[in-house]
Amino acid sequence: MRKKLYRLDRAGLSSLFDVLKQEGYLVYGPTLCDHAIQWLPLSSLDDLPAGWTTSTAPATYRLLRDSAGSLFHYWTGPDSLKKVLHPARACITHAERDNGSFRIWNETPQPVKRAFFGTRACDLAAVTALDRVLLQDRFEDDIYKANRAAAFFVAVHCTSSAPTCFCASTGTGPQARSCFDIALHERSPQEYLAEPGSASGSAALEKLAAPLAPPEWAKELAESCTHAAAAQQRRIDLNTAPVVISLNFDHPRWDHVAKRCLSCGNCTSVCPTCFCVNFEDHTSLDLQQAERLRLWDSCFSQNFTYIHGGSIRLSPKSRYRHWLSHKLARWQEQFGTSGCVGCGRCIAWCPAGIDITEEIAALQTTTHAAAMTGVSNHGN
Amino acid sequence: MSLILETPAAAGRPAMQPVAARVASIIKETHDTFTLTIEPPEGDPVAYFQPGQFSMLYDFGVGELPISISGDPERREHLTYTIRSVGQVTYQLVTRKPGESIAIRGPFGSSWPMKEARGKSVLIIAGGIGLAPLRPAIYHVLRHRGDYNRLVVLYGGRSPRDLLYRKEFAAWGMLPDTQALCTVDYGGVSWRGYVGVVTTLLRHVRMQPTETIAMLCGPEIMMRYATRELESRGLPPSQIYLSMERNMKCAVGFCGHCQMGPYFVCKDGPVFPYTKMKPYMDLYEL
Repeated sequence: MRKKLYRLDRAGLSSLFDVLKQEGYLVYGPTLCDHAIQWLPLSSLDDLPAGWTTSTAPATYRLLRDSAGSLFHYWTGPDSLKKVLHPARACITHAERDNGSFRIWNETPQPVKRAFFGTRACDLAAVTALDRVLLQDRFEDDIYKANRAAAFFVAVHCTSSAPTCFCASTGTGPQARSCFDIALHERSPQEYLAEPGSASGSAALEKLAAPLAPPEWAKELAESCTHAAAAQQRRIDLNTAPVVISLNFDHPRWDHVAKRCLSCGNCTSVCPTCFCVNFEDHTSLDLQQAERLRLWDSCFSQNFTYIHGGSIRLSPKSRYRHWLSHKLARWQEQFGTSGCVGCGRCIAWCPAGIDITEEIAALQTTTHAAAMTGVSNHGN
Repeated sequence: MSLILETPAAAGRPAMQPVAARVASIIKETHDTFTLTIEPPEGDPVAYFQPGQFSMLYDFGVGELPISISGDPERREHLTYTIRSVGQVTYQLVTRKPGESIAIRGPFGSSWPMKEARGKSVLIIAGGIGLAPLRPAIYHVLRHRGDYNRLVVLYGGRSPRDLLYRKEFAAWGMLPDTQALCTVDYGGVSWRGYVGVVTTLLRHVRMQPTETIAMLCGPEIMMRYATRELESRGLPPSQIYLSMERNMKCAVGFCGHCQMGPYFVCKDGPVFPYTKMKPYMDLYEL
C-alpha cells in the first residue's frame, strides 16, 4: 500500500508543532542565534528563521536575507543533532567520601522527549552513523541511548544545495530516505508536503485532519531533489577512498595540507558524526565530592594520543591524516558505514578553508587505477 | 582442561559504571612500581578475568586509567595490578593503604591465546612493565603444565633495580622445561647477568619455531624488533601475539583515543595476533 501523503498549509504546519507539544515533546528547530542558524528549543514556528538563507564556501558562512520568505531555505549550520543527542558536556560519575572510603555512582540518564523540526537528510544519516557506534556495537552509551530513544524527527528535504554540500556522492541526501518520523517538502512558504516515516509520525499527521496531497507532488519532490543533487559542485568517491587512503600513507599531499591546518579542531566539533570524548575530574573544595565529566574531544589535539613517553601523533600532518582516514576509510572497516555524510560543515567552518573533498581527490588523482584494483586494503 | 571462566561482560553492569573495591594489600616491587591487590568489586562474588585483560582503575577525584591485571586468573579472591607510578592517578593508586577504596570497571579487552597455545611451547617476551600483563599467562601455563610444552620467559629491563618479580622470576628458571632469562640495558658494576636488548636473549633459547606461540608485551620499538627477530627464526606471524598500548579513556570504544588503523585497542585488543598488527607497526604517527 502506498503511504499517505498530506498537504499542509502554514497553519497546518503550526498545528503539527502544537501536536508535538501536546504529546510532550520539547521541540527543537533551526533558529537565528549568534549570526548563525543553530538548533535550539522553539516556542513556536515563528522562531524558525523565515526569510533567511545562508551562503557557505570554504572558511565562509554568512546569513543572507531571502526574499521568498521560506522557512527552510538554508542548509547545515555549525551545530547538528550531535549537540543534543551526544552532548558536549555531561556529568557521568559522582563520588562522595564516606567514612574513609567513598561511594561512587552513575546517574541513569532520563529520556527527554525531544522533537527535531527541520532535520536534513545528511543529519539523519549522521544519527544513523552514531547509532551504529554508540548503540549497536559491543557496548551501549547510556546518555545517547536515553536521548535517542525519545527523539522524534521531522525532516525537511533539500530541494537545493549549498556550494559546500556533497551528500549526493555519499548517498545520504538531498532527499531524506530513512530515520525520520515525518518528512516535509517546502513547496512554498505556504504549502508543504508531509510524508510519514514511522507509526508515530503517521499518528501525528492523522491528528491534523489535513487533506491528502496530490500524487504528483511526490514526483515533483523527487525531481527537485534530483535537480539539487545534480547541482552539487563537490563530491567524494567513497568506494575508492579506503584503498586510496591505505595506499597513500606517505603521500606529499599530507604535508601540503599540514601547512594550512591549524589543528584547531573546528572540523571535529562541527562534524555531526565525530563522537570522540575525553573525561575530566572535578572535586569540591572540601574534597568530599568528586565528579567525572565527559566532554567532546578532538583528534587534532596533541594530548589525544598521549601515552607515557609522548604522543603517538605529534605532527599536525599525522592528525589531519588520522581524521580524514577515519572519516573516509577506517569508519567503513570499523562500523560498515561511512563516517562522512556529505554535510560540508568541515569545509565551511575550517578557518583555513581546507576542503575534505579536495584533499581526497588529490590523493585519488595521483593513485593509479591499476594499483587501486590490485590492492584491497591494508588490513587484509 | 582450562579453568578460565568466560568473563561475564562486566557482570551485566553498564559499561561506564565504576564499582568501589577495597584494597587488600600493596607490595613495593621496585623503586617506582607497586603491586596492588584488591578485593572483588562490590556485587561480584569472585574476581574473574582472562590473562591479558585490563581494568579501568579510578581513584577519588583524580581520574581513571587502564591497568593490566597481573595476578593468577585462578585465584578468585583478589584482582592484582602491577602499577608503575608515573603520573597523578598512578601515584595516588600506589599510595593507597589496605582497607581503603578505589573503584574499578572491567575487565575489558582480548586475552592471550592460551587455548591456541595448548600442545605447543610458549615463548614470552616482556619489556619493562610489560611483564605484568604476561604474568597471568605464565601462571596459567604453570598451573596447566601438562597442556603446554616448553615455557620460555625472556625479560628485558632498564637496569637491575627496575626488574619486577625478581624472586618469582628466579624460581621460574628453576622449573623443569622452563627457561627464564633476563637482561638489562645498563648493568652497573655488581650485575653479573646479561646486558643488552631483550632480543639478544633469543640466541639462548631452544625451541621449535613451528611448534611455538610467542606472546609479547613491552615498548612498541621492542616488539617491532622482537617480531622481526622471531620471523627470521622461522616463527610464522600467525603464531605471534602482541599486547598494544594506546591512550585509552573509556575501554569500550566510545572515546576514540585508542584507535590504531582500523582497530580500537580497547575492544579489539589489547592482545592482537601479529598478522593483524603487522601492516600498522611500522607506520610512524599512525
